[in-house]
Formats: sequence, C-alpha cells, structure tokens
Amino acid sequence: MPSLKQLSHKEELLSRGHRLCPGCGASIIVRQVLLAADKPVVVACPTGCLEVATTIYPYTAWKVPWIHCAFENAAATLSGVETAYRAFKKQGKIKDDIRFIAFGGDGGTYDIGLQSLSGVLERGHRMLYICYDNEAYMNTGIQRSSASPMGAHTTTTPPGRAIPEGKTESRKDLTQIVAAHNIPYVAQASPAYHMDLIKKVQKALSVDGPSFINVLSPCPRGWRYPAEKSIEIAKLAVLTGFWPLYEIENGKYRITYKPKKKRPLREFLEAQGRFRHLLSEENQQVVARMEKEIESREKELLVRAGEGKEEKEK
Amino acid sequence: MAKIVAMTGDEIAAEAMRQINPDVVAAYPITPQTEIVQNFSQFVADGKVKTEMIRVESEHSAMSACIGAAAAGARAMTATCANGLALMWEVVYIAASYRLPIVMPVVNRALSGPINIHCDHSDSMGARDSGWIQLYSENCQEIYDNLIQAVKIGENRNVLLPVMICFDGFILSHATERVEVLEDEEVKNFIGEFKIEHSLLDLEHPVTYGPLDLFDYYFEHKRQQVEAMEQALPVIKQVGKEYEKLSGRGYGLVEKYNLEASDLVIIVAGSTAGTVKATIQELKEKGINVGLLKIRTFRPFPQDEIQEALRDKTCVAVMDRSASFGAVGGPIFLEVRSSLYEEKKKPLVVNYIYGLGGRETTIEHIKKVVNDLLMIKKTGKIENLVNYLGVRE
Repeated sequence: MPSLKQLSHKEELLSRGHRLCPGCGASIIVRQVLLAADKPVVVACPTGCLEVATTIYPYTAWKVPWIHCAFENAAATLSGVETAYRAFKKQGKIKDDIRFIAFGGDGGTYDIGLQSLSGVLERGHRMLYICYDNEAYMNTGIQRSSASPMGAHTTTTPPGRAIPEGKTESRKDLTQIVAAHNIPYVAQASPAYHMDLIKKVQKALSVDGPSFINVLSPCPRGWRYPAEKSIEIAKLAVLTGFWPLYEIENGKYRITYKPKKKRPLREFLEAQGRFRHLLSEENQQVVARMEKEIESREKELLVRAGEGKEEKEK
Repeated sequence: MAKIVAMTGDEIAAEAMRQINPDVVAAYPITPQTEIVQNFSQFVADGKVKTEMIRVESEHSAMSACIGAAAAGARAMTATCANGLALMWEVVYIAASYRLPIVMPVVNRALSGPINIHCDHSDSMGARDSGWIQLYSENCQEIYDNLIQAVKIGENRNVLLPVMICFDGFILSHATERVEVLEDEEVKNFIGEFKIEHSLLDLEHPVTYGPLDLFDYYFEHKRQQVEAMEQALPVIKQVGKEYEKLSGRGYGLVEKYNLEASDLVIIVAGSTAGTVKATIQELKEKGINVGLLKIRTFRPFPQDEIQEALRDKTCVAVMDRSASFGAVGGPIFLEVRSSLYEEKKKPLVVNYIYGLGGRETTIEHIKKVVNDLLMIKKTGKIENLVNYLGVRE
C-alpha cells in the first residue's frame, strides 16, 4: 500500500483541462482510482457526464487507451476488449499485463446498463467496474434514476402539491445485486476516504475475475450545494450512515470504516438543496422513513459482517 | 483441391467461420441463426479454433463485445437475424462508424410483430443505411464464398467497414446443399492477418475510441464513411476476382443470367434468384426469354452496373422481400428506379413485394411476373406500379 506522498508523485492519467464541473465527484474518483492502479489500464465509459466532458473531439483527457461505445454497454464493450487481450495473450502476441476498468454513472450502471453488467459478472471477465454514483441522470439535467434516494428532488421527481416528498421510492441497492453474482470482490467507497478507496481498488485489480466498486459521487449541480463542499458532503454521507463503506471479499463482508460517533441524517440532508423540501413539517414522515431504512440496512450489514450480535445487545 | 460437402446454410456458415478462425466470437442464439452459434461452440469446445468465445446475454452485448474486441485489434465475428439485429441496431451503426471490419452472417428473418420466425428481408433491409456492406447469397455455396470474401473486403485499408452476409432463413439456413469448400490453409492465406492501425491494447500509443463528436467534426467523419463505401465497390470486385483464381468461382457486384437473350428483366436478391433461374429455364423451352439481374451487393449500391445491365431493356420487374411502409415500393425497387433517372432511354419498371414472413414463392409466382412483363411490353403501360405476389387481397 503506497502512502499518499508516494501517490502524489505518480503521473495523473486523467489530464487537467477536461470540461467536468468544478467540484465534480467523478473526476476526483477517476484520478484516485487511476493512481491506485499499478499495472497499465484500458478504460471504458458509457455515455454520461464523464464521457462527454473528457473527450470532446479532437481533444481527449485520457492518457490511457479508452473507449466509449453507447450508454448501456460499457461492461459488454470492455468484455470484448478483455477477451481480445486474452486471445492475444494465448497467441503470444501480447507481453504486457493489462488491467481493464469501466467507469459508469448510476444511469449507465443501475438502470440501462444493468443487463450488460450482470452478463459480464456472470461470465467472469477479469475487469473492474467502478460506478460513480451521483444518484441521478446528471448529464441530461438531473432526472431520477433507480439510484436516486427517497425524497430527492430531481427534475422528474419535483416536489409538488400532490407529491410533496419528491422521489417516493427507495433507491435500488446495486451493491447487493452485484454481490449476488458471487464475484470475488465487491465494495462501496467514497472519494472522501481516499486511502480506503485506493486500497479497495488495489484489491479489486488483484483478483482474477470481475470486481465492482460503487463509489458515491457528489454532484454540486444536481445535489445543489457549493462546489467546494463536495468532499465534505461525501464525508457526511458516510458519517450519517447514508453511504456505509464496506467490502465483500470472496463472500466475506467487512465494514471498512465505522464512524466513532454517528451524525444525524438531517445534517446530510440540510447541506443539499435537493432535500430542502424535506425540512417542511409535512415531509417529516419522509425523513423518518429514510432514517428507518438506513437503520435497518445498517443492521443487515452488521449481521452480514458477523457483528450483528453486538448490535442486538445495544 | 476442392472438397465437396453436404451442409445446411447454417452449418456451412459455421464451417466458414472455423476456417476464418477469428480471435473473438460473441454471439447469442436466435432462430434460424442458432445452429451457427451451436456448431461454432462445438469447434471451440473441440479446440479446432483459436477463438475466444463470449456467450453474451443479448445481441446488443454481442455487437458491443465485437466492437470492443475489434477496437483491441481482434478479428471479431457474430451472427444474428431479425429481432436480434433490431436489438443491436444502435451498436450496428457504431461498429460501422468506428470503422471496425466485423463480419456478421445475417440469417434473413421477418421482423416482429407479430412474431414470425420465417424468411424475409425486413431485418437487413432495415439496416441498409447503417454503414455496413451487405452481400446477399443465393445458395449455400454463396454463403460460404461470401463469408470468406467478406473478411478481405471489410479489412481492406481503403474500406475498413463491417460486412453483413445475408442469407434466407430456413430456405437456406436449414436446407442441405452441395458445397465446395477450400482447404483451411487456402482460406488462411487468402484472408491474411488482420492488423489494426489503432489498437486499444497499444499502450505506447493510447487511443480514444468514440469521443464526443459535435457539429465541428461529425459531418466530416460521416463524409469519410460515405467515401469508404464508395471505395468498397472496386474492392468487392477485386476480391471477387482474386477469389475466382483461388476457387474457380468468381463474383461481381451483380450476377447476370440469360440477360443478353431478352429485353425483359427480373431483379432479385437472395435465394429467390434460384427460383427465377429455374423459371427462366422452363420458359426458355417454351420460347419465352427473360433475363435475371441478381443483386449480390446491395450496400454499396451498384448503380453503374445496374445502369449498364438495363441499358437496352424494355421492361424490368424488381422483386423485394420486404415492405417499406409508406414508401412507393420496396427498397430495391426504389434504388433501381432512381438509378435509371439519368438514363436517356428508360425501361418500364414495376415492383413486386413477395414472400413476407416466409410466404412461399414458387415458379408459378415468377411466371405470373413474366406474364405481367409481357403484357407491359405489349401495351407499353404499367397497370400497378407496386404489386403483391402471393398475398390474399
């Protein structure tokens, strides 16, 4: 495990000058992930903010080989690249050890790309899929995805007189869906806990099979907060239990970071414009539902990590 | 030395794929293409090919994986038909736009709905503007020959386009025919090695595939694609000639059959060309002469050859095994008719939509077309511009 100082001397593989917004979680995540890789990588992206903002022809911000095909097929496309690599390795035409990483947003991963991702996981391609989860379709202008949390104000779940709470449904637990494929490595991470993320990436790249890391990716435009607060908000998501950090290594769960003192969910909600309407009297029941859900998921996670008993005694 | 085998269209397509020996095959089963995937899977299981096979979860992923593999420098193949082709539509266009010479047998089958598993050309005709080269096959021999040539056509440096080898579902895919096959070594030498200019696996020269291409460059890239299609015309002819040297069977953009003997012409693509040939032979004995102009290459469209072949003809019947809803006739008809616009002396051209959803098209149907042509010649008048052959009105 390299130190932060050592990492800071490594060449950045996503160059500056790309057109992502200030404070965008995606570019921070990509840079952290690429710093963690100690083998050459080939990258694929589905359609999304990251793709359109880093490759406006005739420019590219990528210093590594990179492919975008369409919205729903980054996993399948990269599985083709990885298979070609395996074919050439067998034929003795390639000497290098190469790793394959896909970076997809929640739209391209939770929703339209889920089938393609599931196929890749089941077939066992050796590649790492990173979901930078900013909890809505940000590239098209903040529409709800199945990753949008309950209560979120998106442009397709606006709070109104008839539906005051915004998004009425809970988010999909993609990390658990991926884990159900019984792949060697699955994790949830956050750019606010960079050493935790880097460690997870290194583990993921070292397994001989598919791996997946779901990384919460704050979005100043979509979540409605000042750009400089991204990391602070990413941190709050973890400290409030909204986004637990854990990993599943060959089926074994481990919670990789436990806040010493849990902060109330309200702090995370109050920091973002997308939850502002939840502060009203009539929406207090939504906040209560959210808190209840977080609590029950936390309990489930503790049980899976073999710490459930302690939780019961409390 | 030519070897003679008896195989179905699907079996011979799989056999051609075995000899092509691609680096990567990504495929998904769909009737009546399934036997290609099954037979090829057996070749993989038996170690008869070097291919890494990806048994994907959909046709969309099949084409996506082929795109990834080809961009990494692999010779990549898949096969599909009908709804499978429709599902991969989006990425079919992307494969052509990224200039990746993927080769794909398309076992022609009617598009849903309602669902129908039998032959017509609505699937591949729908993809006619996707930027893929399209070759249509009359029989199992042509399926084999076209597949081998497709590799060399698509990978030509002036072309670099994907190629669909279309053949009629069930009529050819499930019919056993006599086919002459080449030796493995002959195929290997004929197609040579595939060397891509920009590989995703070239770490020294990192390439960005599929960037955001806006109003300032997209148009130029589309213009280049148009140019590549034009470049494909002489390449298809050249490869056809080279293949003749190897196999004794030559191929052009179109095939002329009894064309010199008559001023009446039937134009058709696919297995019905065989039915037309049989009808021509039968009518010849009765003193009636009709010519056949078979479309082998539909994309790029062989306008010059069509103009030249029809120059002194009086009546032409164009047969389309697909309907183009809302258009004035089927796609082959529209393109043939448009090709004749600049000609000083134009023949009278009529359209026959036939065989949709696998409706049988027999010698009797073709005779009806010939009778119509004789009547048009006699009266100088076209009664119905677009006709429906063998349908209950």
